Amino acid sequence: MIKRGLFWVLVLGIFGLGLAQADEFTKKDLEKWQKAFMAVVKEGERLFHSPLGSNKVSCDMCHPHASNTHPETYPKFQKQLGKVATLRDMINWCLENPLEGKPLPLDDPRMIALEAYITWERRGVPLAPGKH
Amino acid sequence: MKFKKVSRRKFLKGLGVAAVAGSLPLKMVEVVYGEKPADKFTFAVISDAHITQIKGTRFVRNFDEGLKKAVFEVSFMDPPPDFVVFGGDLAQLGKKEELDHGLEIMSQLSLPIKWVVGEHDFYLDMGEYWQKHLSPLYYSFDHKGVHFVVLNSILTYESWINQFKDPMERMLNMARLDNPKGSPFMVGKEQIAWLKKDLEKYPPETPLVVLSHSPLYKIFKPWNFWTDDAEEVQAVLKRFKKVTVLHGHVHQVLYNQIGNITFMAFISTAWPWPYPVSYSQLPNAVPKVTVFMNRADPFKERDGTGWSYINIQNGYAAQHYQLWENTPRTVYYDPKVSYPVDQDYQDPARRIPPQEHY
Repeated sequence: MIKRGLFWVLVLGIFGLGLAQADEFTKKDLEKWQKAFMAVVKEGERLFHSPLGSNKVSCDMCHPHASNTHPETYPKFQKQLGKVATLRDMINWCLENPLEGKPLPLDDPRMIALEAYITWERRGVPLAPGKH
Repeated sequence: MKFKKVSRRKFLKGLGVAAVAGSLPLKMVEVVYGEKPADKFTFAVISDAHITQIKGTRFVRNFDEGLKKAVFEVSFMDPPPDFVVFGGDLAQLGKKEELDHGLEIMSQLSLPIKWVVGEHDFYLDMGEYWQKHLSPLYYSFDHKGVHFVVLNSILTYESWINQFKDPMERMLNMARLDNPKGSPFMVGKEQIAWLKKDLEKYPPETPLVVLSHSPLYKIFKPWNFWTDDAEEVQAVLKRFKKVTVLHGHVHQVLYNQIGNITFMAFISTAWPWPYPVSYSQLPNAVPKVTVFMNRADPFKERDGTGWSYINIQNGYAAQHYQLWENTPRTVYYDPKVSYPVDQDYQDPARRIPPQEHY
């Protein structure tokens, strides 16, 4: 991605054509991006149904179809942590406790995939930040 | 009836029974039906333990602790229950190591156990080990004027069963609750024929209690809160006046009334499941009469789990859910309204925010 971006910066810089229009995209682009997103959702679904910790327990055992994860309510005050927490904080909490594993870096591709899957299963539900 | 409450540490000390730390009566309610004294009895329920082997002698601690806690508390019921029902899913993947480990924990009970088979116990070897070492898959018995029937409700279609390359692949596919390639549970023709014959000799006045793993009605197919031939089973039970169907599988407080049949679910010792209403992408048929149990606090390992005991009086059931991190719940059949109600929360005005699931 970065390489391709740099390429276009160079092309535009060199030729100075001034033709570039910011973020103009086609249906084909939309399809491509959706496909890229769904590939990550699919990977998230696989991870969500895999033993990610040390004890063979997987996320879906308590959260079939990622239900009862409520991604639309984050960030919210998590009384057990005594602070406003994000969905990723809670994913890591589950990895460390019921799954007896190690937390993921917040920008780990696996973390992003889990978040993508959890959010996808909740699509269409209105945002309700802070809700308990 | 009283419970003696004992800390986990004392339990682990094993025989420190005499040193039980005080006795604390849990909230007990006697639900009385009618005025004439009737034969009344109690049995305990432990269900959905999901004992999981990690490797060798290592098992998932959390699920072991849940089952141990239930077994310990049931063994301290005073007076003791007449028997204990195990509602299915002793194992997670049907392995003999898991069933053996579960049996070892259950062996602390010096009470008769009525076993109901769950899909997690069954689909590795199609119930072979279960039948050899635990129990028949379906059977019936009489107890103090009540006829009990235990069904194997987790059978499914042959075509689904025969598609896998090996038994573990089949087991894993059945074990995933939200598997889009799953298959619905059923009781099957053979067992329904057996059931008809078994019930033949009983008059319609005989109170009937049917025990199954899956609910014998249709709530939510994607998670198999469902039995495909439920209507056929219900039809066989139709001529009886007092019928209670008790089931596991759903890991939650759940109850319903369909015609003459009262349905009540068992809670799990391992973990609670969300109500299907909390999956926003698909419709569900969760019974409107059910007052949900509290949304579980993920920071409390035992929240949303527990065991229960059931009083049968005049042929009607009252289930007392012993939720370890919550206020106990009592759900009983109310002849005044002809459906099961929660004694504290049935009135919508009395419900509390954690009972809202979304």
